[in-house]
Amino acid sequence: MVRKKKEDVYQEFIKGLWRDNPVFVQVLGMCPMLAVTNSAVNALAMGGATFFVLVASSFLVSSLKSWIPKQVRISTYIIIIATFVTVTDFTLEALVPTIHKELGAFIPLIVANCMILGRQEAFASRNSVRLAVIDALGMASGFLFALFALGSVREILGEGALFGVPLFGPHFEPWVIMILPPGGFLTLGLLLLFFNWVKERKDRLAAQLAEGEAS
Amino acid sequence: MNNRPELTMKGSEPTSARLVITLGFAGLLSGLIIVSVYEATLPTITAYKAKVLKEAVFKVLPGVSNMQRLTYKEGGMTPATGEEEEEDVVFGGYDANGRLIGYAVPNAGPGFQDTIRLLYGYLPQERKVVGMEILQSRETPGLGDKIYKDAAFVANFEKLSVDPEIVTVKKGRKSAPNEVDAITGATISSKAVVQIINRGNQRWVPRFSGSETMPKPTPVGGQ
Repeated sequence: MVRKKKEDVYQEFIKGLWRDNPVFVQVLGMCPMLAVTNSAVNALAMGGATFFVLVASSFLVSSLKSWIPKQVRISTYIIIIATFVTVTDFTLEALVPTIHKELGAFIPLIVANCMILGRQEAFASRNSVRLAVIDALGMASGFLFALFALGSVREILGEGALFGVPLFGPHFEPWVIMILPPGGFLTLGLLLLFFNWVKERKDRLAAQLAEGEAS
Repeated sequence: MNNRPELTMKGSEPTSARLVITLGFAGLLSGLIIVSVYEATLPTITAYKAKVLKEAVFKVLPGVSNMQRLTYKEGGMTPATGEEEEEDVVFGGYDANGRLIGYAVPNAGPGFQDTIRLLYGYLPQERKVVGMEILQSRETPGLGDKIYKDAAFVANFEKLSVDPEIVTVKKGRKSAPNEVDAITGATISSKAVVQIINRGNQRWVPRFSGSETMPKPTPVGGQ
């Protein structure tokens, strides 16, 4: 029984990071995904802000779940999420004004990130505080990882640099399209393709193994 | 233990009052939290904005050691009282002896994607723009953002005649003192910057030359 519980925790965490990755598998939260991933730093800042909002909201929603009448639950979740987003917005503006300037309108738009509200409705409001926080940590890490994957690919190809450090010397001609919106769609498409390929290969391997065992 | 809200609610529907109280309480808490965080971060944010602006003024007006907010009133430039609209204020730059060197003019206008806000330094005696700093823009990364990332483009504005007005020319074709080499691939952003400066000049240059007495810095330093 105890062992199963431990596995559960691990499963809940890894689910968000990989198996049910909010971006690559569930394809949620595409707006910030495509809009602010033109450099690795922006992607990390956006991922970090979303991380904080998701974990804090999940914690609060699951702690308060027995006090929130279900008729007004969505509005209450939105109030909770919006509060954390506003707090993040002011904090970023005070602490890292240059990054805040780059992200601009996309920090307030975290309120409308369907991944966050989705986690509250589908998980945090139905599970214990501990599981809800672990689920949120997993999902938020998955989102951060996805943003970073997209942002670094786009910055490397689009500016020939990573975190502003040039990688290829002065003769590299940046692929400007990677920085522009089409580059976001192209990169996202290729990453989705990769994830589906990995998944399919794994399924096929599992099927082969099962077949081998049966015979 | 794991009592889901759906299960506990079964049978007894919550009263309307309870719903209103729950939402009202959530709103109240949220308001309190937001206001306290706003109050806590406001000084840092204002200080940072003031610092950025001051640095920009000193950058676009070389040799300046003191600055003061000025406005145009009754045919001359006078120290601003703080009640003016933001667009009616320019910054006077003074040297160490309190002599007026030039003005730093903030202005904004439409860029390729969003409003560009910039600050440029202007010397009324020489009728020249001597520096330009982009304060805010959301131009295309890699192309339009060269209006502040491309040192060669920014250098265009270090010794630029405003007569009869500033014009953009194709990169490398600059020949007259009032011409600016546009950025290849970001012509619209380049033109937008020039347009914003021209508009600012149309508005302010006659006022600068119209004021016969140069405004002196206030004794407190006016920083």
